[in-house]
Amino acid sequence: MKEFLMLIRGGQEKYNSVSPEDMQKHMEHWQQWMGSLAQEDKLVGGQPLMNEGTTMTERGKKVIDRPFAEGKELVGGYLLIKADSLVHATEIAKDCPSFEYDCSVEVREIAPMD
Amino acid sequence: MEPKDHIDNTINHLFRQESGKMVAVLIKIFGTENIELAEDVVQDALVSALETWKYRGMPDNPRAWLYRTARNKAIDIIRRKKHSKTIDFSDPERKLLTSEYTLANTMKDFWKEQHIQDDFLAMMYACCHPDISQENQITFILKSLCGFSTKEVAKSFLTAEDTISKRLYRTKEYFRKNKIRPAIPFPEEIGTRTSAVLSAIYLMFNEGYNSTHDDQLIRKDLISQAMWLCKSLLDSAHTQLPEVYALMSLMCFHTARVDSRITEQGALILLPDQNRSTWNTELIRLGGNYLNQAAFGDTLTTYHLEAAIAYQHCTASSYKATNWKEILKYYDLLLHIDNDPIVSLNRCLILLELHGPEEALEAIKEIKDHKILDKYYLYHAILGEIHERLIQLNTAVEHYQQAIQLTQSKPEQNCLQQKIARILN
Repeated sequence: MKEFLMLIRGGQEKYNSVSPEDMQKHMEHWQQWMGSLAQEDKLVGGQPLMNEGTTMTERGKKVIDRPFAEGKELVGGYLLIKADSLVHATEIAKDCPSFEYDCSVEVREIAPMD
Repeated sequence: MEPKDHIDNTINHLFRQESGKMVAVLIKIFGTENIELAEDVVQDALVSALETWKYRGMPDNPRAWLYRTARNKAIDIIRRKKHSKTIDFSDPERKLLTSEYTLANTMKDFWKEQHIQDDFLAMMYACCHPDISQENQITFILKSLCGFSTKEVAKSFLTAEDTISKRLYRTKEYFRKNKIRPAIPFPEEIGTRTSAVLSAIYLMFNEGYNSTHDDQLIRKDLISQAMWLCKSLLDSAHTQLPEVYALMSLMCFHTARVDSRITEQGALILLPDQNRSTWNTELIRLGGNYLNQAAFGDTLTTYHLEAAIAYQHCTASSYKATNWKEILKYYDLLLHIDNDPIVSLNRCLILLELHGPEEALEAIKEIKDHKILDKYYLYHAILGEIHERLIQLNTAVEHYQQAIQLTQSKPEQNCLQQKIARILN
C-alpha cells in the first residue's frame, strides 16, 4: 500500500452561493464517500481549508496576505488516502464529491525519501 | 412552586432520564477507555443547562437542548484531542470524526434516536459482563446509567462513599484494560447475557424493596430505576425476551404492595395484616399484562414462577382466600429449576398454611444445607412460627430470639420482638 495526496482545487464561488439544504446534501455525499474509504481502511485523513491564507516568497522575506493561487487554482482541501498504485488512487479520486462543485482533483504519490 | 424550584425539579428528572443515555452515546464516541471524559461532558452539559435556563427559561424541548449541548461539547473535545492518543480513532466510524469534511455529520449520526437507545442497552450489557462482580455492576449502573451521585449510590448500599469510588474505579479499569466495546449481544448469546442483566436489575430492585432503609426516597428511587431499566429492555425488539417480561411483571406485583408493607413509623406489616385495599390495582393489572406477554415461547424462568406466585397473592381477596395449592405447585416447579434451600424454606411456609405445622416441620427437616440455613434469620423465624402453632412456646421463643440475633434490620427485629411479646403475654 502506498499513500497518496489528493489536492482539491477551485469550486469556492459555487460553494459560497449554495443553499444550506444543498450544502447539507453535498456534505452527506462526502460522508458516504469518506465513510466507505474508512470502511476499506483507505482513508488516512484530510481537511477542507479556509479561503484565507498567506504566501511567503523570497526566503520568507516577502509575505503576501492571500494564498498563492486564486480562482480555479485555489487549494480548497486535501485528502490522504492509501492505494496500491497511482492508477488505483486516481480511480478512487474519481468519486470525490468535490466534482459536484466543479473542483479539480490532483493525485500525487507521497515520495519516500531515503 | 417557585420558578427556580420548577427548573431544579425538571433538571433532576431529566438528569435521571437522560444522563445515562448521553453517557452511553459519549462512551461510544470516545471509547470505554474514556468513561470519565464521557461523564464530564454530561456533567458540563447539565451545568450549562442549569445556568442558561435559570436566566432564559426552559427551552421548548429540554431533552433536545441537552443532547445538542453535549454533542457540541463532544465536537470541541474531538477537535482538541484529534492528535492526542487519548481517543482511538482507528475505528472506521471514529476515523470520520478526525476530518472536518465529516465531523459534524458523523457526530449527528451518533446522536440519532435509535442509536441512543441501542447504545444505552449495549452499555447495560457491558456493565453486566460476567467478569465484573455483581455489586460492582450495580454500582456502575446506578452511577453511570441512572445518574446517581456517588453519595446517592453510597446511601443505596449503606456504604461509605469511599467504597463506592473504589468500586467505580475498578470497573472503569476493567473497561480500560480490556478495551470493551459495548454491544447488544448476538442472538446466540443474548439469553445468557440477558440473564446477567436481569439479575443485576432484580438485585437493584430488591435493594429498594427489601432493604431496611430509613430513607424512603432512596428506596423508591431504586425501585423505579430498576423498573425503568427493565422497561428499556422491553422497548427494544432485540431484547423483548419472555424472561424480561416475567421480571417486569414480578416487579409490578411487588411494587403494587410496597406501601402496605411498612407503617408510617417504619414498622413492618406482614402479608396477613396488610391492608389489601391500598394495593395499587393499576400496577397489578400491568403486572398481569406483562405476565401474559412472558408466556410466549417455551421459556420458564424463576422470574415466571415468582411472578405467578406474586400474582396469586395480589389477586387473592384476603390472606385466607389465597390459592395456596396453586402457589405450592409453583414452588415445586421453582425447586425443579434450582434446588435452592431458601426457596425450600419459603415453600415450608406454604405447607404451613395448606397442611398445618406438623407437615411444615417435616418438610423443613428434609431441607439439605442446614448449615447455611442455620445462619439465616428467616429459617429461625419460620421455625418460631411453626413451633408457635404447635404450641411449643418455649422452642418458638428460642427460635425468634435466634432470628433477632441474625438480622441487622431494626424493623425485622421489632417485628420478631412483637411475636415474642405476643407469646409471653
